[in-house]
Amino acid sequence: MELLSLLRGRTFRRGVEAPEYKELTAGQPIRRLPFAPRLVLPLDQHFGDPARALVRKGQEVVRGEPVAEAQGPRSVPIHAPVTGVVEDVELMPTARGPKSRAVILRTAPGDSQAVRWSRPCDPERLGTAELIEAVQRTGLVGQGGAAFPTHLKLSIPDGHAVDTLVVNGCECEPYLTTDHRIMLEQPALVLAGVRLAMQTVGAERTLIGVEDNKPDAIAALRGQIGADEPITVRAVKSKYPQGSEKMLIKTLLGREVPSGGLPFHVGVVVNNAGTLAQLGHLLPRGEGLIERVVTVSGPGVDRPGNYRVPIGTPLRAILEAVGYREDDPSRIILGGPMMGNTVASLDVPITKGVSGLLVMPQAAEEVVASSQPCIRCGRCLEACPVGLNPAELGRLAANRQYQAMEERFNLNDCFECGCCSYVCPSNIPLVQYFRIAKALNRERKS
Amino acid sequence: MTPPRIEIKSSPHIKRAGSVEQIMRTVVVALLPVCAFSVYHFGLSALALMATTTLACVLTEQLFNRLSGRGSTLGDYSTVITGLLLALTLPPGFPLWMAAVTGFVGVALGKALFGGLGFNPFNPALIGRAFAAAAFPQAISTWTEAGHPARFTELLPSTLTAPFTTPAPVDAYTAATPLGQWKFQGAELQAWELFTGMTPGSAGETSALLILLCGLFMVARGAMNWRIPAAILASAFLTAAAFYAADPGHFPTPWAVLFSGGLMLGAVFMASDMVGSPVTPAGVWLYGLLIGFLAIIIRFFGGQPEGVMYAILLGNAASPLIEQITQPRPYGKRKGRGA
Repeated sequence: MELLSLLRGRTFRRGVEAPEYKELTAGQPIRRLPFAPRLVLPLDQHFGDPARALVRKGQEVVRGEPVAEAQGPRSVPIHAPVTGVVEDVELMPTARGPKSRAVILRTAPGDSQAVRWSRPCDPERLGTAELIEAVQRTGLVGQGGAAFPTHLKLSIPDGHAVDTLVVNGCECEPYLTTDHRIMLEQPALVLAGVRLAMQTVGAERTLIGVEDNKPDAIAALRGQIGADEPITVRAVKSKYPQGSEKMLIKTLLGREVPSGGLPFHVGVVVNNAGTLAQLGHLLPRGEGLIERVVTVSGPGVDRPGNYRVPIGTPLRAILEAVGYREDDPSRIILGGPMMGNTVASLDVPITKGVSGLLVMPQAAEEVVASSQPCIRCGRCLEACPVGLNPAELGRLAANRQYQAMEERFNLNDCFECGCCSYVCPSNIPLVQYFRIAKALNRERKS
Repeated sequence: MTPPRIEIKSSPHIKRAGSVEQIMRTVVVALLPVCAFSVYHFGLSALALMATTTLACVLTEQLFNRLSGRGSTLGDYSTVITGLLLALTLPPGFPLWMAAVTGFVGVALGKALFGGLGFNPFNPALIGRAFAAAAFPQAISTWTEAGHPARFTELLPSTLTAPFTTPAPVDAYTAATPLGQWKFQGAELQAWELFTGMTPGSAGETSALLILLCGLFMVARGAMNWRIPAAILASAFLTAAAFYAADPGHFPTPWAVLFSGGLMLGAVFMASDMVGSPVTPAGVWLYGLLIGFLAIIIRFFGGQPEGVMYAILLGNAASPLIEQITQPRPYGKRKGRGA
């Protein structure tokens, strides 16, 4: 099966087949939750340079209006997700840590909360540079988790050419179904975004990769593609981490992004399906990114579903609206269970890159389980999608030979997907070791 | 409102079911039919031998655990595997006192001194077996007839030899193994008989068919890498076939080679021990091919009729080297760079 899929270009080598738990939310249409009374907008919620606040304490803002501007080219603005009043601009706890500067908005009660600020444009009349500027003005960042500014992704450095736009509709993380619902409910917006992105990067064709556990989404997308359009939807095998951009490029095109390189080095730009749907919606209207779809799920959630949530909504407001279990010790995870981060407080807000909010009560046996010596079973090598030797890396980490990990065993090629830790029968926290080793190596060099 | 007790952990937040205990327990379960068949063949003596080696191994491990101040490791079952495997490599009538010493040496020198499970470069059962071959050369080459009529009512005379004495051979019970007959008397090997197993030999090296079935069980339960026995058997078969093609009058048929002696037991249960085999996917193949080849060379040209034990020990020794030359190529790196 695996070999057949490999030969037909429908998967990559290794990886893991984990239970998906997507049935909890895959059939749930996207719904809106009531507006929270207070929103927190961290200025550093995207990759790159933080935004600079444009508002003062006590200032009234309307929904859609910029409250922070991009600070240079590697930054994006932030827009007000609600009509209301600026309560303050101060340090707040976020998913990144205890203190990030943030604009705090108090929602105006009883307001219709219609979008009241926009700068529409006609993208067809814009050149590449103008398009990239327009994308930056929307404040759009990658919706799949990395929160990488979209206008930077669409900027191809001089001397490089892109022939193919790859759309990532895999959504390989267990539990998450936001891209699934977006592709199913808004296929026209996804395709609008695809055409804009193709125009911006000058790609000749587009390949949309969707895991074969979402046949309805595949059909919906295909229904939106014109007969003469160079856009193809390809069903790929449901396997983690198929949605990692390097794995997807290998699967769809057979190309390998060189170690340490980026997709444009092999003529490719990858965008997440949810990001392109936002692009298709926001760019022509000249609006800012003020809300996103979040899958709220996990065994600790009473009414799992896919919810359209204003950016800045505290997790507590969401969980109180959908119901959650408070009795057990739980992990509150932003993102999916394989790569997502736990948060320390429910006051942390949803930010632009958060695709999932999971509540996972910890089973007693899981808390107790300690790690045992490596028995060299080799399962981690059979799981690592990059083709590293996690067993050896783990041994070196335990001996604190962090430099050897990097120099002899390619530590820096690890993108921390977690497959090794997932399969290890000795319960060794492999990827967790690797994160620490990378951080220590970075520190040593600086 | 009381907040939930929030746990902070680094991802991944889910884990595949399965543990070291489960893997080892599966191997024990897979060994039980082989043990039962051995008792059916060789009777009470084989049973007493298994009990003795297992007990010796377990007690040795516990002793070293106590000396080194660590908790009990009985829960991981790996020492039980060593005990049972050791018994299966010994002649059924092997004196029990020698078996106890052999078990002690296997676990003490082969495992505990290296740091316990996961750190032993060699298979501890084979370390014990190699020690016995050196220390008790006569007892370890005295074989008994399979299916002796009185096997369920009385022990073989050699079993209860007094400690620190060597048993006197009793001709009424002894028999040469098929490989020994071939090597020293020029007798022909019968592949089918060997496959089903009613022949003299070590307690566990008799039914190739049964061992294969137990191996399939382990593969199905994810407790064994099938590539190792596959590589060993393929390599042994091809090596033997080459010799047979060159001189069919002298060398046995490759099928007989495949099903005789300890090859099947070694390939399925010993070489496949994860700790002593390479961890790299390509290395596993190389390791198996090496062992299969060496086993046949030692059988055909060594001083002893059987060579599987030394072949596996050599394979274990070569593992780190094999691993070094078979590091996987990372995504995005060209061959020859990095590594």
